[in-house]
Amino acid sequence: MKNDVLIIGAGGAGLTAALHAKEKGASVRVLTKEYPTRSQTCMAQGGINAALGNNGEDSIESHIANTLKSAHGMANEDAVRHLCENAPDAVKWLDSIGVCFSRDKDAKIAQRSLGGASSPRACHAQDYTGLKILHSLYDKCLSEGIEILNEKFLLDVITDNGEVCGVSVLDIRSGEVEVYESKSVIVATGGYSRVYDKYSTNSTASTGDGIVSALRAGAKLKDMAFVQFHPTGLKNSSILISESARGAGGYLINSKGERFVNELRPRDEVARAINEQVLKGEEVFLDIRHLGEEFINEELPQERKLAKLYENIDPLTDLIPIKPVAHYTMGGIEVDKNSSTCIKGLYAAGECANHGVHGANRLGGNSLLELIVFGKQAGQSAAAYALAHNAAHRAAENIDVNKYAQRDDENAIELDFYKIKEEIGELFYKNVGIVRCEKDLLLAQDTIKEIQSKLHLMGAVDTSKIYNTNRIEFLEFKNILELCAYVVREALDIKESCGAHYRVD
Amino acid sequence: MKITIQRESLHSYEVDLADPTLLEVLNEIKHTQDSSLVYASGCRSSICGSCSMRANGREVLACSYKVQEGDLIEPLKNVSVIRDLVVDMDKALSFNAKAKAWSLVSGEVNPVTQENEKINEVQSDCILCGSCYSACPVYAVNGEFLGPFSLTRVWKYVSDVREDDIKEKIDTIQTNGVWDCTLCNECTLVCPQDISSKADIEKLRARSVMQGHEDPSFASFGNNFNSGFGFDGSPVF
Repeated sequence: MKNDVLIIGAGGAGLTAALHAKEKGASVRVLTKEYPTRSQTCMAQGGINAALGNNGEDSIESHIANTLKSAHGMANEDAVRHLCENAPDAVKWLDSIGVCFSRDKDAKIAQRSLGGASSPRACHAQDYTGLKILHSLYDKCLSEGIEILNEKFLLDVITDNGEVCGVSVLDIRSGEVEVYESKSVIVATGGYSRVYDKYSTNSTASTGDGIVSALRAGAKLKDMAFVQFHPTGLKNSSILISESARGAGGYLINSKGERFVNELRPRDEVARAINEQVLKGEEVFLDIRHLGEEFINEELPQERKLAKLYENIDPLTDLIPIKPVAHYTMGGIEVDKNSSTCIKGLYAAGECANHGVHGANRLGGNSLLELIVFGKQAGQSAAAYALAHNAAHRAAENIDVNKYAQRDDENAIELDFYKIKEEIGELFYKNVGIVRCEKDLLLAQDTIKEIQSKLHLMGAVDTSKIYNTNRIEFLEFKNILELCAYVVREALDIKESCGAHYRVD
Repeated sequence: MKITIQRESLHSYEVDLADPTLLEVLNEIKHTQDSSLVYASGCRSSICGSCSMRANGREVLACSYKVQEGDLIEPLKNVSVIRDLVVDMDKALSFNAKAKAWSLVSGEVNPVTQENEKINEVQSDCILCGSCYSACPVYAVNGEFLGPFSLTRVWKYVSDVREDDIKEKIDTIQTNGVWDCTLCNECTLVCPQDISSKADIEKLRARSVMQGHEDPSFASFGNNFNSGFGFDGSPVF
C-alpha cells in the first residue's frame, strides 16, 4: 500500500507528526528501527518548557529571549518565536492526551528551573518527563489506529526527479530489504551524539541514520559542528543526571570541596568550567545532599536510582562523581518554516532536524518542546503536500535495493569496527569535544579519512540473515563515520568560538 | 567469570570484568568474542525496556542486573524468540490496543490535583519491558489474556480524573481480562519499576463491580443456585 505520509522514527517527533498528519486526513504509516517506546525521547528527564507562569511570573517574550541568548546569535528568531508561542498549547495538548505531569498545590502543572531560564518554566513528570510523554503519544497513536512497523532500519530515502517517493529499509527480523512507497516522508530519527560512543548520555541507537540517508538523497545539513555536552553525566557510565538537580539547588564541587561555577549558567559554560577543573587534575562532583530525602525522592527518584546502580553511591549521603558528555546534537537536516527540506515531499522534525531554534547551544527543556511543536508542523505540512499531490511515482523501480545494505566487495574482514568505533569516540571526545583547536581537529580529520580509506577491510562477521545486529551495528558505524567527517570539517571551518563550539586557538 | 547463555543451544563464555552489569558482559562478548550473539539494548539506564531477559529463571533488565559467577541467561518466556535473547514483543504489545488502554478526553480537561496525580504516578512509570508477561502463569496458558502491563495501563487511564468516560474501558476488560488473573503476584515481583499489576487488577475488579459487572466464577455459582428456583422465583425442592 502506498501511503500519503511515511514517518521514519517513532519517538516524540515521529509520533506527534503521525497524529497530526492523520488528523489532517492523510493515510499514515510509521517505521522505527526499535519499538516506539524504546526511542531516545524516553530518556529525557528535566522537562518541557512553556511560559505558563504557574510558578512565578513568566512570559513568552522571556522564553524567546532566553532561547536566543543561549543560542549565541545563531538561532532563527522567527523559528524561536514559533517554538515559544506554541509551547503553552503543546503542553495543554499533552495534558489532554493523558501525560501525567507533576502538579502544584493549585492543581496546575508544576514548573521548575533549568539552566539559562529566567523563571521556573520546565513542566515535568517527576524526572520521567520524556518517558511519560512518549508513552502517552504511543497510546494515542494506538487509539487512532496508526500503523507502526517495528524493527525496520532505514537505508535510503528514494527520490525521483527531485521528489520523494518512498524509502528502502532493512527488515531487521528477516534480513530482507523492503521498499515503502509514499507521497511524502518525514525523517524523525533522532540525533548523532553516539559519534562520541561511550562519552554520550544517549541510547546506543542515536547514530544519526536518518540524517545520513537524507544527505545521500540531496538534503542539506546545517550546524553539524554544534554538539551540546551535558555537564552532569555519571563519571563511569555517562548516564545522565538531569539539570533539574542543579535547578533545584545542587552544587558542583571539585576534589577540594570548592564550588567553581554558577551551576545555573547555560550548559556550554558549565561544561567548560568542569572541563577546566578536570584538566587541572580535579575530580568533579554533583552535591545534592542538602536537598533532603523527601525532595530527592519526590523530584529526582530516577536520578537516585541510577546513581546507586551505576556509581554505587547514594546521593542522599554521598557526592555524585560526574563528567560532561555529549548529550544533544544541535545540527541536523536543514528545514524551512514548514519543516520541509530542500527536497520536495521530504520533511524532518526532532533532533535530526535543524529548525534553527537551538543555534550554537540548546536551552534545557526546549528539546521535548521542539518534538511536539515541530512534530505537529511536519505532520501537518507533509499531509497537506501529500493530499495536494497526485504524481504517480513508483519507488520500487528507482532503487537498487541492495546497494547500501551489503558490503560492497568480497574483501576479507581484517579490521574490527567495534574497536575502531570506540577509538573514534575517544578521539572525538578529546579532539572535537568541549574545547577545540585546529591542531586537534586536523588530527581527528586525518584519522577519520584514514579509517574511511580502510572501510573495505571492515564489515559484519556474522553472516546470518535473521536479526543480525552485527550487520545493523556496522551500518550504524558507517553512518557515524560519515557524520564524523562532516562534523570535523565544519568544526575546522568555524574559526571563532560560538556556544558549544569553543575554539581555544 | 563464566556465564551460560541460552541460544539455539547453551553457550558458555568467560569474561574478565569487575562487578559488571549483564549488559556490559553481553557487550564484551559481542565485541571481543562472538559477534553473532544477539540481544536488544538501548538506553542502558533502565528506562527504554529493551534489554529484558532472564537470569537464572528470573526476569531482569540486563543493564541493571549485576552478573554473578555461573549465571544462566535466557530469553523472556511466553513470547516467541526471534534469535538468541531477542524476542518478538508485537503480540504482547498488541494487548494495549485490545484493552483500549488510551485516553478518551474530550473538551475541557479536568484539573488534576497533587493527590489525583499520585493515584497513577507509579503506573505511568511502566517501560513496557515485558517482564510481567514472561512471569505470568495465566498468560502462559491463555495466549488471549490481556496480561499485566496492558491492565495496569487500563488502570492508569481509568483512575485518571481527566477521563470522562471509563465505562467502555471497564466493559472491554471483562473477557480474558481482570477475572482471569489468579492474583499470584509474580508480575509484581519481577517489575523493574515497582509496579504491581496484580494490585491494579484488584482495583479494576472493584471498579467493574461498581459498574455492574460480576466475577464470572461467582456468577456461574449464582446461576447454578438460580437453577434451583422456579420461574416465579420460588424455591424448587
